[in-house]
Amino acid sequence: MGVRIGLETIAARTVGRLSRVAGRGGGTTLPGKLLWKVDPGAVDALAARLPAGVALISATNGKTTTTAMAARILGADHRLAWNRAGANLLSGIASALLSADGAELGLFEVDEAALPEAIERTLPRALSLANLFRDQLDRYGELEVVAERWRTAVRTLPERTMLVVNADDPVVADLAVGRERVLLFGLDDARHARPTLQHAADSKYCLRCGAPYEYAAAYVGHLGDYRCPACGHARPPLDVAAREIELLGLAGSRFRLATSAGETEIELALPGLYNVYNAVAASSLGLAMGASVGAIRAGLEGFSAAFGRFERIPAGKRRIVMLLIKNPAGANEVLRTLETGVPPVLVLALNDAIADGRDVSWIWDVDFEPLLPHAGRVVVTGERAAELGLRLVYGGLPHDRLEVVPSLESALDRGLELTEAGTDLVVLPTYTAMLALRGILTERGLVRPYWDGDAP
Amino acid sequence: MKIRVGHLYPEYLNIYADRGNIAVLARRAALRGHELAVESIGLGDELEPGGHDLLYIGGGQDREQALIAPDLTSKDEPIREAVARGVAVLAVCGGYQLLGRGYRGRDGSLMPGACLFPHETRAGETRMIGDVLLECELEPGAPHPLAGFENHAGRTLLDPGAEPLGQVVFGFGNDGESGFEGCRVGRAIGTYLHGPLLPRNPWLADWLLSQALAHASGGDPPELDPLPDELEAEAYRVAAGRARARGGRR
Repeated sequence: MGVRIGLETIAARTVGRLSRVAGRGGGTTLPGKLLWKVDPGAVDALAARLPAGVALISATNGKTTTTAMAARILGADHRLAWNRAGANLLSGIASALLSADGAELGLFEVDEAALPEAIERTLPRALSLANLFRDQLDRYGELEVVAERWRTAVRTLPERTMLVVNADDPVVADLAVGRERVLLFGLDDARHARPTLQHAADSKYCLRCGAPYEYAAAYVGHLGDYRCPACGHARPPLDVAAREIELLGLAGSRFRLATSAGETEIELALPGLYNVYNAVAASSLGLAMGASVGAIRAGLEGFSAAFGRFERIPAGKRRIVMLLIKNPAGANEVLRTLETGVPPVLVLALNDAIADGRDVSWIWDVDFEPLLPHAGRVVVTGERAAELGLRLVYGGLPHDRLEVVPSLESALDRGLELTEAGTDLVVLPTYTAMLALRGILTERGLVRPYWDGDAP
Repeated sequence: MKIRVGHLYPEYLNIYADRGNIAVLARRAALRGHELAVESIGLGDELEPGGHDLLYIGGGQDREQALIAPDLTSKDEPIREAVARGVAVLAVCGGYQLLGRGYRGRDGSLMPGACLFPHETRAGETRMIGDVLLECELEPGAPHPLAGFENHAGRTLLDPGAEPLGQVVFGFGNDGESGFEGCRVGRAIGTYLHGPLLPRNPWLADWLLSQALAHASGGDPPELDPLPDELEAEAYRVAAGRARARGGRR
């Protein structure tokens, strides 16, 4: 086994380098795919060699950001094997294991559907599960299908594994029931609750009896402080909580992190309540892996953004602010961060490749309406630009404030042209549109290619 | 004129952006000087057979559908009576299944439906997912194409002689074999197509509005003034192209 792994890993690493030299999109999964094909068991062996073990992170929303935050926290004391570019299938994990010579700790985000196999092969020390929202129904199926897969997967966890779950998501919190080693996190500041559940809220009926939950506070989608009036099923007590939260628009947020190991003030350079959730999830995983509260604070405060999720990109006299949108719950939170100061020009990009979801009906579940009366000009682009245009027009945007420009590059230029010098152009793309826009910005020398990454 | 819409279980059945269909009906009615008044019909609410001009029911996840199914079945008679009186219906995906005779699980058990559409749905092994293109002829001599997206595990089998909504050009349709998609009974149509369906198929939105106006006025379905619909046509063109290139193959 040892000799074979040696040869296979050398071959696979070479493929990764060749792929980068050939300019083929970073080679983030190519070597892993090769290794995965030749010998899937090599992942088990490579993971087992990590002296500090493996931590896994999964969720519908926030995986990449949470993992990058955890990398900041845990990377201070450990050399990491980390799938930083979001290649989160087993092949991506294999690639990260291959490319990290001398790594001590494996930190991997995992696709929701790939979680059972990732657990089986890496036997993690800690597993963080943060939320389940409706997402790309054409690809993942209904939420309940993913939930059932997670229930089965959690039953296979080693006893010593610390299970870190979001107490604010009824389906996810329920995974901790009956386990000894668990850590529950959540938000605790009802001032930031939504007045009503959003249109696209998912798990809003009691898991035990089917009655609608009542919320003392609904923060993001169906995440919040819930209680069933019929049978009493309620959010469990929090082990790790964010309190006294202050949202500072696109500039970021501030909150008090309360843990059993002490409290600390956190300044986060990322916007929105959803990023507070990501930060609390990363902190909880950090605690589970032995990090101190001081290390958590230092890690989070040094963190700027994960690849493509939220980037501020200087473009001459203007600045491009790019925020990824990919499903109703995530897009709603991104739009919510803009409500405090709606930018005069918006570029929205909708593609429908497999990674975006071929079914584009989800855009109708996004609450664009509060934004539309304030948006001066909206440029819609991407392969399904017309569909997105219809969404906005039927949502109340006057025709004369809409421009339909299917070419991403032309739309970006049009957006910049409409944006006054010294101000921001906000761009909201789906996944493959984000990759393409980043490619355009890379060609123009405005951003670095993603496989260069940021140092953790 | 006021068009009264009864939206069945919007809190439970909203998975494929059903509110998009309602938004399209509301705006296209308003642009012709009519007002769409939408009322939610929930668990335990009375359904008055003549109380609406159009009934809408969308799709949900299995768990939510199971929560409303018994209530819907208890409303079977008023729903059938409403359609017999000329009320229009649009039923999408799960709502389309639940308005048939029922859903037969793999164990042979039947979850009963509201028996409006003459069909039965059987659980299938695989999901039928992808873009769809249909050819419809709701009015003789006036064929129209319809582009949408389907995602269903159930195979819906129409009774002999039942009228489909359309013929499948690309995609799976009701059962992946018959070439039929959807079902029509009078002014009621049911379909697996979402996307949502109406924004990119404005002719169908107008057909439904016209049928609802006929019920509201007690007269014939009126001609509606044409709208520019350029963006709608472009969205249709792209969606139809997707169905041609990558719709499910029978």
